Amino acid sequence: MFFKKNKSYLSQIITILLIVSIFGFFTFNAQVNMDNRGIDFGFSFLSQEASFDIQFSLIEYSGSDSYFRAYLVGLLNTLLVSVIGIFFCTIIGVIVGIARLSPNYIVEKIATFWVEFFRNIPLLLQLFFWYYAALRALPLPIDAINFNDISYLSVKGWYVPEFIWTNSSIFYSSIIAGVVSIFFIYRFAKKQREDAGKQIPALSLSLLAIITLPSIAFLVGGVSLSFDYPVLTQMSKTIYNFKGGVSIPPELMALALALSLYTSTFIAENVRAGIMGVGKGQKEAAASIGLTTSQVLKLVVLPQALRIIIPPTTNQYLNLTKNSSLAAAIAYPDLVLVFAGTAMMQTGRAIEIVSITMLTYLTISLLISGLMNWYNKKVAIKEK
Amino acid sequence: MIKNLFTTKPNIRSLKLYVSIGLIFLFFSFLDVFLNSLFDINLTFFFSDFISFFLPLTLGYIGFYSIRIEQTGNIFLDTINKKINSTSFNSVLTLLSFFAIIKYSPPLLSWLVFDANISGSTKEDCTGDGACWVFIKVWFKRFMYGMYPNAEQWRINTAFLILFTSIGSVYFVPEKYKNYLISFSILGFPLIAFLLIYFLISGGSFGLEWVETGAWGGLSLTFIVSFFALIFCFPIGIFLALGRRSSLPVIKYSSIGFIEFWRGVPLITVLFMSAVMFPMFLPDGTYMDKLVRAIIAITLFESAYMAEVVRGGLQALPRGQYDAAKSLGLGYWRMNLLIILPQALKLVIPGIANTFLALIKDTPLIFVVGLLEIAGMIGLAKTNPKWLGMATEGYVFAGAVFWVICFSLSRYSQNLEKKLSTER
Repeated sequence: MFFKKNKSYLSQIITILLIVSIFGFFTFNAQVNMDNRGIDFGFSFLSQEASFDIQFSLIEYSGSDSYFRAYLVGLLNTLLVSVIGIFFCTIIGVIVGIARLSPNYIVEKIATFWVEFFRNIPLLLQLFFWYYAALRALPLPIDAINFNDISYLSVKGWYVPEFIWTNSSIFYSSIIAGVVSIFFIYRFAKKQREDAGKQIPALSLSLLAIITLPSIAFLVGGVSLSFDYPVLTQMSKTIYNFKGGVSIPPELMALALALSLYTSTFIAENVRAGIMGVGKGQKEAAASIGLTTSQVLKLVVLPQALRIIIPPTTNQYLNLTKNSSLAAAIAYPDLVLVFAGTAMMQTGRAIEIVSITMLTYLTISLLISGLMNWYNKKVAIKEK
Repeated sequence: MIKNLFTTKPNIRSLKLYVSIGLIFLFFSFLDVFLNSLFDINLTFFFSDFISFFLPLTLGYIGFYSIRIEQTGNIFLDTINKKINSTSFNSVLTLLSFFAIIKYSPPLLSWLVFDANISGSTKEDCTGDGACWVFIKVWFKRFMYGMYPNAEQWRINTAFLILFTSIGSVYFVPEKYKNYLISFSILGFPLIAFLLIYFLISGGSFGLEWVETGAWGGLSLTFIVSFFALIFCFPIGIFLALGRRSSLPVIKYSSIGFIEFWRGVPLITVLFMSAVMFPMFLPDGTYMDKLVRAIIAITLFESAYMAEVVRGGLQALPRGQYDAAKSLGLGYWRMNLLIILPQALKLVIPGIANTFLALIKDTPLIFVVGLLEIAGMIGLAKTNPKWLGMATEGYVFAGAVFWVICFSLSRYSQNLEKKLSTER
C-alpha cells in the first residue's frame, strides 16, 4: 500500500518534471534566439502605431491607430463573419435536417445529396470556389445585378442601402425594453401555470411587447429611419462604381457562404438525430392524453429533441468560429490575417502575436463551451 | 360522371377518368418547364408573366391532386402516391424539386460534359462554351505530384502501390493469423510507410536521387501528410485519453489542459505557430524541415481530437470490465493494454475514421507553411499567365477528387459502424 502510494506520487513528479523541462527548454531556446536577433519579449508594441490599412472594418480605423486597435478590428471582423455564418447555417441546417426526415422520397434524396455533397469537400476548397470562381464571375458594377434599384450585386461586392437612424439610442433601448419585458412575461406565465394552473398566452403577449414598444419609439420618441441607397457613379472614363450605401465585400460573402453551407450539413445531421431521438411512444403518449398536434410538438417533442440537438450544435458553432480563420486564405481581414499576418510581418514578434491570437480563440472556445456545460446541466433530465 | 368530378374527391370508382385527367395536367406542366429550360420556348406566352410563371405549378398541383387515390391496385400509381404525392404539401415539394432539377441540370451538364473541351494542349484549344478540361489534362501531373521531377514520379507510384497493397492484403489474411493483425497495423504499417517515404520518395540512398520536400506536392502530399499525422496522433491520443481518466491529479489536469488547448484553437493558428514560432523554440542553428513541422503541428492538433474519441470508447465500457481485470491481479498497464483498450478501440473505430476524414479535409491548410498540396497547386496553376481564368475548372476538379475520397471513406466508416453495432 505504501509502495503503491509512493509509486503514484513518483509518476506525477516525473510528469511535472517532464513538463517543466520541456517548457524550460523552449523558453531557454527562445531567450537565446531572441537575444541573438536583438528582440526583447514584451507587449509594449501593442500601443505603437500600426501604419497599415485594413480594407474592411466595423469600427473607425486608420493607419495611424495602434496595433491594439488593429487587433480589435480583426477580432470584430472574425466575430461578424461568425455571427452571419451561424445565422444562415442554422436556418439552412434546420430546413435540410427536417427535409431529410420528409416522407417525400425526392425531397429526402435532395437533402441527403446536399449533406453528402457539402460535407465531403474540404472547407478551404469550397471557399476558393466561391471566391475565385463563383463570385469572380459576377458582372462589373456597370452591369451589376439590380434588385429593384435598392441593392446591386457586382464583382466588386454587394451594395445594400445604409440605415440612417435619428435618435437611434431610443430605438435600441426600446428593443432592449421589449426583450426584457418578454423575459418577465415568460416568468410570470410560468409562475401562473405552476401555482394557479392558469394558461397565459405568453407568445402573443411577447409578440405584442416586441412590436408595440419600438412602434411607440417611432411615434412618440422621435425615432425615424431613412435609407442611403447606393448609386452607380462614373469614377473615370471607363471605370464605374457605386457610391453610398454599404458595400459587403466579396471576401465576406464568400466566407459567409462557404462557412454556412459547410456547417449547415453538420447541423442538419444534428437536427435529424435529435428529432429521430424522440421516441414514437412519446408522441403517441402525448396524443393519448389529449394534447393537440401543435401541443405535442411544442411541449413533448421539441423540448426533448432540443436537449439532443443543442450540445453538438453549439460545438458546430464553435467549429464555424474557428474555421472562420480560413479567411486568411482569401484576404478577408479577420484576426488571423490582420494580426497573425500583417502585424506580425511588420513587428516580427512571432511569439507574442501567435500567443495572443491563439489565446483569443481559446477564450472564445472556453466561454462557449462553459455556457454549453451550464445549459446542459440546466436541461439535463433530473432523475430521482 | 362529369358532375362528380367537381363535387367529390378523386376516388377509385372513376379511377381511369381521374388518372387520365391527372396525367394530362402533369404532362403539360412538365412539358412547359422542359421546353422552357431546354429550348427557351414559353408555351404560355399569351398569359401575363405572373400567371405564366406559376402555371406549371398549378397544372402539376391539379394533376397530382387528381391521381391521389388510395389503394388503386396499380403498383406504379400506389408507389407514386405513397412516396412523392402523399399530401398536397408533398406534391408541391415534389413539383418544385422536379422543376429545379429540369431547370438547372441542362446548363450544368452542358458545362461539365457536352460543351466541355478535352482535346488540345493550350488554353486556345478551349473554344467551346463549357469547361476547359484541357487545363486539368495539362497540369494533371502537377496536381498529383507537385513539383516532384517527372522522371522520378514512378517512385511515388510504387510507394503508394506497395502501401495500398499491404493495406488491402489485410482482407486475405488467413483466420489463424488474425490475432496478429492489430499489432501489425499499429506497428507494421507505420514502419512500412516510414521506410517507403524515407527511402523511396525522399531518396538520397540506394542510387536514388534526393528530392527535397519543397518539391513534394499535389494529392500525394495530401496522403503523406494525413497518413503520417494519423499514425502519430493515434498513440498520443490514446495516452491523452488514458491520462484524462487517470486518478492522479497532475496527470489528469495536464492531459485536460493539453486536450482543451488544442481543441480550442483553429488549425491555421497552429500551423502559423509551427511556421513562425516553432523555429524560435529550437536551439539556435537547428533547422527543421517544413514538412516535418507541418506534420508535427497537425499531429498535435488532431491528437487532442483523437483523445476525445478514444475517451468516448473508454467511457462506454462497463465498470465491470475494469473490476474484473483488477480482480485478476492485472496492474494499470496490463489492464488497459489487454482488457480495456482492445474493446474500447473497437467501439470507436467509426470515430477514428471520422477523425481521419477531418484530417484529410484539413490538409489543404498546409499552404500556411508554404507546402502546396492539390488546392495549393491549383492556386499556382491558375495564376500562370498562360492559364488565367481557369479557377473554376481547377477547383471543381479538386473538389471532385476530395469528394470521392471523403465520401467513400465516410461510407466505409458507416458500414463499419453498422457491422460493429450488430456484433455487440
